[in-house]
Amino acid sequence: MQLTAMEIYRLLPKTNCAKCGEASCMAFATKLSDKETDLELCTQMVANEMEELENQLAPAVRVITIGKGEKTVTMGGDEVLYRYELTYYNPTPMIIDVNDDMDEESLKERVKTIEEAEFERTGEKLVLDGIALRNSSGDKDKFAETALKLKSSDLPLVLCSLDPEAMKAALENVGDERPLIYAATENNFEEMASLALEYDCPIALFVPNDLEKMKEISRMIRSKGVKDIVLDPGTYVDEGIGDTLDNFVMIRRLAIEEKDEDFRFPILGIPALTWLYEKDEVQGGIKEATIAATLMNKYADMLIIHGTNIWELIPILTLRQSVFTDPRKPQAVDAGVYEFGELAEDSPVMLTTNFALTYYTVEGDLKTGNANCYLLVLDTEGRAVDVSLAGGQLTGKSVADLIKDSEIEDKVKTRTLIIPGLSAPISGEIEDESGWEVVVGPRDSSAVSDFFIKLKEKQEAK
Amino acid sequence: MDKMTQLLKLLEKTDTIEINDFRMDFDELEIQLMPAVQRMVQQVAQKQAAVAKETLPTFEPFSPPVHDYPGEVAEVQLGAGSRKPVFLGGQTALYRFEEAQPNAPVVTFDVFDIPMPGLPKPIREHFGDVMEHPGEWAKKAVKDYGANMITIHLIGTGPKVMDKTPRQAAQDIEEVLQAVKVPLVIGASGDPVKDPIVLEAAAAAAEGERCLLASANLDLDYKRVAKAAVDYNHAVLSWAITDVNMQKTLNKYLMKEGLTQSDIVMDPTTCALGYGVEFSIDVITRTRLAALKGDKDLQMPMSSGTTNAWGSREAWMKKDEWGPTAYRGPIWEIITGLTMMLCGVDIFMMLHPSSVQMLKEIGNTFTRDYLSTDVPDITNWITELE
Repeated sequence: MQLTAMEIYRLLPKTNCAKCGEASCMAFATKLSDKETDLELCTQMVANEMEELENQLAPAVRVITIGKGEKTVTMGGDEVLYRYELTYYNPTPMIIDVNDDMDEESLKERVKTIEEAEFERTGEKLVLDGIALRNSSGDKDKFAETALKLKSSDLPLVLCSLDPEAMKAALENVGDERPLIYAATENNFEEMASLALEYDCPIALFVPNDLEKMKEISRMIRSKGVKDIVLDPGTYVDEGIGDTLDNFVMIRRLAIEEKDEDFRFPILGIPALTWLYEKDEVQGGIKEATIAATLMNKYADMLIIHGTNIWELIPILTLRQSVFTDPRKPQAVDAGVYEFGELAEDSPVMLTTNFALTYYTVEGDLKTGNANCYLLVLDTEGRAVDVSLAGGQLTGKSVADLIKDSEIEDKVKTRTLIIPGLSAPISGEIEDESGWEVVVGPRDSSAVSDFFIKLKEKQEAK
Repeated sequence: MDKMTQLLKLLEKTDTIEINDFRMDFDELEIQLMPAVQRMVQQVAQKQAAVAKETLPTFEPFSPPVHDYPGEVAEVQLGAGSRKPVFLGGQTALYRFEEAQPNAPVVTFDVFDIPMPGLPKPIREHFGDVMEHPGEWAKKAVKDYGANMITIHLIGTGPKVMDKTPRQAAQDIEEVLQAVKVPLVIGASGDPVKDPIVLEAAAAAAEGERCLLASANLDLDYKRVAKAAVDYNHAVLSWAITDVNMQKTLNKYLMKEGLTQSDIVMDPTTCALGYGVEFSIDVITRTRLAALKGDKDLQMPMSSGTTNAWGSREAWMKKDEWGPTAYRGPIWEIITGLTMMLCGVDIFMMLHPSSVQMLKEIGNTFTRDYLSTDVPDITNWITELE
């Protein structure tokens, strides 16, 4: 289990030297407990004490980094089974496959698609994280050559071949970039583990649907000195998905609750297997996204995906952003008046809530639409419009208070407030409490630009 | 000291001996080790064994991490009288490898008492021809798309919608009851004053059919809704807004009105993917864990208003760089529902036929035992994938 601040404090030097940047050792301990600072910042500890504490602070699931320098991606690090208990760490890397049968042109094009895929949400750019090269040709030279070509890409690599000869050939070309070796199996783990040690690369262990055997092999490659292991218990996409889910959950429970050293590693899911059975682009895309979401919900620390259509990737990227949001931090922006565009005394005044997602959505729409307006942001303790309406944070009284406290009445002559469509039920209440006239705006802020145009036409007609 | 003793003295602190440029030719060699040397060899061997032990402690064989749960989820029957019953809940464990769940998750199709011009295009494509008649609409959902249940939303009763009377609502219920033999969820318009009256009339019209009345919540006269359920043999949907304590309080109140665990389904609120789904994940997970730990006020099956997903702009907004809405909408609904299902939700209110299909495929595996399914050989996926 995670150490408490008090338990960590006992192992710190207690000198309160403040060299770590914290006022006291206790403050440093608190931050360490929340994983908000780094133990190495402490300059007062001797090596063996440091090592002792480091061991104790090590997360239940090992943190593993693929790639080197600018091209890296990190996975693992989780401490809990449920996100509400703390938070999940290191959003699941999404790796897209290529293969060594592709001609130069299609390979280039696919790599470009992977590197450029991007979806912006609440001010964050969501992107893909790596490339998995499959040795589909079965030819070791082709595998090594294609790996070399991928060296120029911006993304870290996963090398997929069960043939140790092919793996060795590829590692000779790209082994210095710390690719993930996929995979050690019951048939090749001796050779593959030696390669992992020789090239100092992390290695995936692929043992489909047999956790007993997986544990034995994990044990054997660990005893050879391999430390960075990723576990692939097999991804079944049809009825077998039930077994896959069970395997994922069991591995994670054993890591977190039992501290089972053979399972304290990130889990790899491969939704790409969908395409073994599904050839239709749309059906396959929908299914692959479904499998990816299933596994991400239940502890996948890394995913290999085949489809690159953006409509398939957007929901997976969005789920990742949601699941890995830190529940300890309120998702809220400051309440108050926000200004957009060129403003005058007769500029329109709009209302929204301080839930970060709501605010950023509205902000994005106002900016895209080149709107000129004031936006009043109500403190709903980070709740959306409909939720705060039901929860009693968005009321006539709270809006009236906001109008007063924000001193918006000193900035504009107008006394008309445009409220979100979803808050229509309290329009009368707001009018009674604030003395302002209320106009019900659109339900979705994407319609705000059109709304402003119509509003202006109406006013001019008057 | 003789040479041998000197040598042994030298070797005292030595683990290994390396001999360079050494050559020996002979036909037959017999080595006799002195007892002291034997002891030394044994000691070294033991030392090495001890070192190996330090790095890897003894091997514990794999055993499935199964928990004991003091509590279990109540089973709720929906559908009686002329309906073929459907059962919800009944879980005695969190996961299938501990104990497979007795009932698979159930999907109920949304049907409305008015044509709902605002429904997204991918839905209208499937139901456009029957939207004028809730009975026909329900029939199509059951016949063509395999709905386990139908949710009839009496949206038209909303004072600002069509202000249909409770009597008209009862007629709509009768129409749907006639049209299909699956159990019904009866939803109102969301008007806190009128909903209890509408639900009461609908409950009377469906007496003995064991429908799920949606919903009772703290903002309306939940007592009236509970009484209608008790009087006419229905179950009640207990709706709280992503708040475990609010849910607990409401359930307690409902049980004071004469309902039992087997008469209540909880709706802890489904926030759509990208619009707070993580809040729902937390609340639903905590609720189910509390049930299995033995909290009697939270041991009811759970429901998800998965249809909320269609409100997300990623699901409906036309935007070329996001790809066609025809695919985005269903995926958004699937992933929203699926995420809830993996946290323990038992019944899903949904709109799109292909979303329903995909959700059911995964949900149906929940009732099977671990490793009881034939799985394909995937060892060669690296070369077999196109």
